[in-house]
Amino acid sequence: MNTEDRFAGERLRESPFHPRQSALNLREAWSSWNGYKFADYYYDAEYEYFCIRNTCGTYDITPMQKYEISGPDAEAMLNRMVTRDVSKLGINRVTYVCWCTDEGRMIDDGTIFRLADDRFMLTCGSPSVAWLRKSVLGFDQVTVRDVTDETAALSLQGPTSCTVLQQMGLEDIATLKPFGIAHFPFHGGSLMVSRTGFTGDLGYELWVTPELALTLWDVLYAAGENYGIHPYGETATNMARLEAGFIMPDMEFNEALKTVHFEHDHTPYELSLGWLVDFKKPHFNGRKALLAEKQQGPHYTLVKLDIEGNKVADGSWLYSDKACRKKIGYVTSAMWSPSAKANIALAMIETPRLNGSVWAEIYYEKELRYYEKVARCEIKDQPFWAPARARQTPPPPF
Amino acid sequence: MNRYDSIIVGAGHNGLVCAAYLAKAGQKVLVLEASAEPGGLAATREFYPGFMSSVAHSISSFSSKVIEDLQLQSHGLNLSGRTMDTIGMGLDGKHVVIGDEMVSGVSPEDARSYVELRRQLKRFAKALASFWMKTMPRIGNNSPGELMTFAQLGLKLRLLGKEDLLEFMRMATLPMRDLMDENFDDKVLKAALSWDGLAGSRLAPRSPNSPVFAMLFKMFEASGGMHAIPAGGIAGLVNALVGAATVAGAELRLNTAVERITVVGDESGLRVTGVELAGGEVIEASRVISCADPKRTFLKLLGGANLEIEFANRINRLRTEGLVAKLHLALSAEPKFTGMGRANNRMIIAPTMDSIEFAFDDAKYGGCPEVPVMEVLVPSMQDPTLAPAGQHVLSANVMYVPAELRGGWTDEAKSNLLQRLLVQLEQYAPGISAQVIHAELLTPHDLEQTHNVTGGHWHHTEFAVDQLLMMRPTYEAAQYSAPVPGLYLCGAGSHPGGGLVGAPGHNAAREILK
Ligand SMILES: Cc1cc2nc3c(=O)[nH]c(=O)nc-3n(C[C@H](O)[C@H](O)[C@H](O)COP(=O)(O)OP(=O)(O)OC[C@H]3O[C@@H](n4cnc5c(N)ncnc54)[C@H](O)[C@@H]3O)c2cc1C
Repeated sequence: MNTEDRFAGERLRESPFHPRQSALNLREAWSSWNGYKFADYYYDAEYEYFCIRNTCGTYDITPMQKYEISGPDAEAMLNRMVTRDVSKLGINRVTYVCWCTDEGRMIDDGTIFRLADDRFMLTCGSPSVAWLRKSVLGFDQVTVRDVTDETAALSLQGPTSCTVLQQMGLEDIATLKPFGIAHFPFHGGSLMVSRTGFTGDLGYELWVTPELALTLWDVLYAAGENYGIHPYGETATNMARLEAGFIMPDMEFNEALKTVHFEHDHTPYELSLGWLVDFKKPHFNGRKALLAEKQQGPHYTLVKLDIEGNKVADGSWLYSDKACRKKIGYVTSAMWSPSAKANIALAMIETPRLNGSVWAEIYYEKELRYYEKVARCEIKDQPFWAPARARQTPPPPF
Repeated sequence: MNRYDSIIVGAGHNGLVCAAYLAKAGQKVLVLEASAEPGGLAATREFYPGFMSSVAHSISSFSSKVIEDLQLQSHGLNLSGRTMDTIGMGLDGKHVVIGDEMVSGVSPEDARSYVELRRQLKRFAKALASFWMKTMPRIGNNSPGELMTFAQLGLKLRLLGKEDLLEFMRMATLPMRDLMDENFDDKVLKAALSWDGLAGSRLAPRSPNSPVFAMLFKMFEASGGMHAIPAGGIAGLVNALVGAATVAGAELRLNTAVERITVVGDESGLRVTGVELAGGEVIEASRVISCADPKRTFLKLLGGANLEIEFANRINRLRTEGLVAKLHLALSAEPKFTGMGRANNRMIIAPTMDSIEFAFDDAKYGGCPEVPVMEVLVPSMQDPTLAPAGQHVLSANVMYVPAELRGGWTDEAKSNLLQRLLVQLEQYAPGISAQVIHAELLTPHDLEQTHNVTGGHWHHTEFAVDQLLMMRPTYEAAQYSAPVPGLYLCGAGSHPGGGLVGAPGHNAAREILK
């Protein structure tokens, strides 16, 4: 009998952490991300969310795309590509960036790690090789390498995360500032730790070569045993990031290179990411278009909403009046926030309407019957979840 | 300090036209040319002691508006001489002689069809004529002024009458082969007539795309596309342009290669400040206008890093591989072609459209044509100063010769091609090989080196529907201005395209002076 797997090339790949994660995935709740088998949740999404907020959790970011950009022109090349000024980024520092088409439409957001004067790591949600290849034209001394498969990465998020790392033996970890990077010798190799994450809370991301992945897991879980460590999946991530006010592709924005319809993508201004655009920089991709966008004001603006009641406003239209006569926007993500004890959402609203009242037309279900409700919304400036510990160095001991 | 209003990179004929207009308008203009002679591909160079020639060897439609505006006649341009017939060379010495109003050497039916087709093409060419001297509307710009350009064209075409208009629409992208087969039987006539639609493009008789358009473009002046050589040869044109530009005050520096176009950046963005020369000298100007091809201008001189990513990549993928090589022969005596008096016309050596197609087939897979096809002139017949007394220069545009030959352009590959060319010529002019004192063969690859044109391309970048009109060389650079303020294009890579026409230089100057 032929035992060869005819579909081998089609099957989802397993992350180096998979043996441990699959043992803990009691519900077999898998989906995929960039070709990797990827947990939606392990046991219970809400439980995992509460781990992030009350103890700590690990989230496998191996499938996130990682590119090493190196060479004498690396800084200049990135600086032309992204809207922020990368030349200001110190070694062993991380910055959040976005990059746009010539027309100023956002292609993706991600982070840039500066590992040396002439060496960076760019991370982002979707494969970006094609765009990076285009972006190097005109820069002779730069090499772009996809290092996704050579890197195993785990996000450790939550109030006990720092303590767990200390328990693991990373003594100086408490001195690491937000967006800082530290390197530790680790079982014959090295462990890179960055104080970054996607939950708005205290947290770190841990980076090793794939051979060390299981060792890292075991050491980490041993250290975290008494600190409530638990793996979490996509669903809990999505809850945490929404409370923190972070945007998600395919929810808040479409990647510009993937949209078909004209202007169904977004500018950073529409996504309230204007602060990422640095016009002191003489040249970066989309500059001219973004300047025009800034001057005219974006058509839509992404806002945080606090909605009266407790009915989740998933997919709701927004109106300027309770009678729902004048449509002014739509909800992009919504949830009941257990931590903020509030009915929250991110929403796109026509910019000129930001100062008026906002009403959400909510459809909700009760035992297979649908009901409709119009709820008053309040636009919020601050994220729903932004504990002081996320910014403190050293973080408060647990 | 020596600061200029405009620096023009390259003294190609378009650069000179642009310089003359700007200088006449009162600008302080400096033209910088890498080569030792002005004129670019039209420059007259000594290719062997005592023997001179230019790459572009005849004129089919130089803009009469430019001649008038710049008073080129007063600077010595004389295009009033006789236009040449185009001769389809028959192997048996029976040739097809194509004139403006008539053709001989073919059946009466073909002769009649020629008159009709010619009249029709002239009507079309006339309807399109003003279009070549206009700036194309910006894509996505709906401003009435720019759209007028199209409205006017639409109107001109409409005035052709319904039948002509429909026929124009049908013919616009037709392959030459179909157009010729529809009208004629004579193989030599068909091949020779299709030449002007194909020469300079990556197209053969069976290729649909822009050949009819290319033909009409070459016909836009009163000469109706009949080729001519001005008094004093092509140098007569170039000298008149140099005269017009310098008398108006433009400075011309030869042997001066621009290394890069300089930019500064601040909070208001990037802008061009001037140029840096190969020796390191920096010259400042309010604007830099490039007659160099778009790929060279943007990627080598300005640098892709100073452009937007998608724009830079569009420039990078411009189709710039030339397919026309240049053959120059220094001949010890006047060449004699079988069945012909003096060789003072334009001879097409391509016995059938298939012969053209097959030569292209070889080239499109990176090979050299087994049997090359060519357009041959003996320029020294019109301008005896090009060669020592009694001796002659033969100039041929040879198709299809790839810029990148499979296996590379080794000396052997070149001498093989040269041999094939001489074998071809010998068939039509027995004894000519023995007259050859010296042969210079410039492949597109060589032309890139000698004339600083990417891919040695006749039009700087392919003249085809994907790169024409408001797409020439690509959108966001199709109105002569570049995305970086202070940089402009004025060469063949801009609308309308290449050939000795002067239109890109004229249009660029108008945009700059707006
Ligand atoms: C083989 C061949 C035969 C042809 N035959 C004919 C013909 O018979 N009739 C016809 O009408 N057309 C012909 N053409 C087409 C015609 O020659 C060109 O389209 C036309 O000459 C282009 O003119 P231009 O002024 O736009 O550019 P060019 O003539 O190419 O001039 C560009 C100039 O810029 C200069 N330059 C480039 N870079 C730099 C730099 N960095 N610094 C300084 N200077 C620089 C170059 O040296 C060159 O002088 C032919 C083309 C080829 C290749």
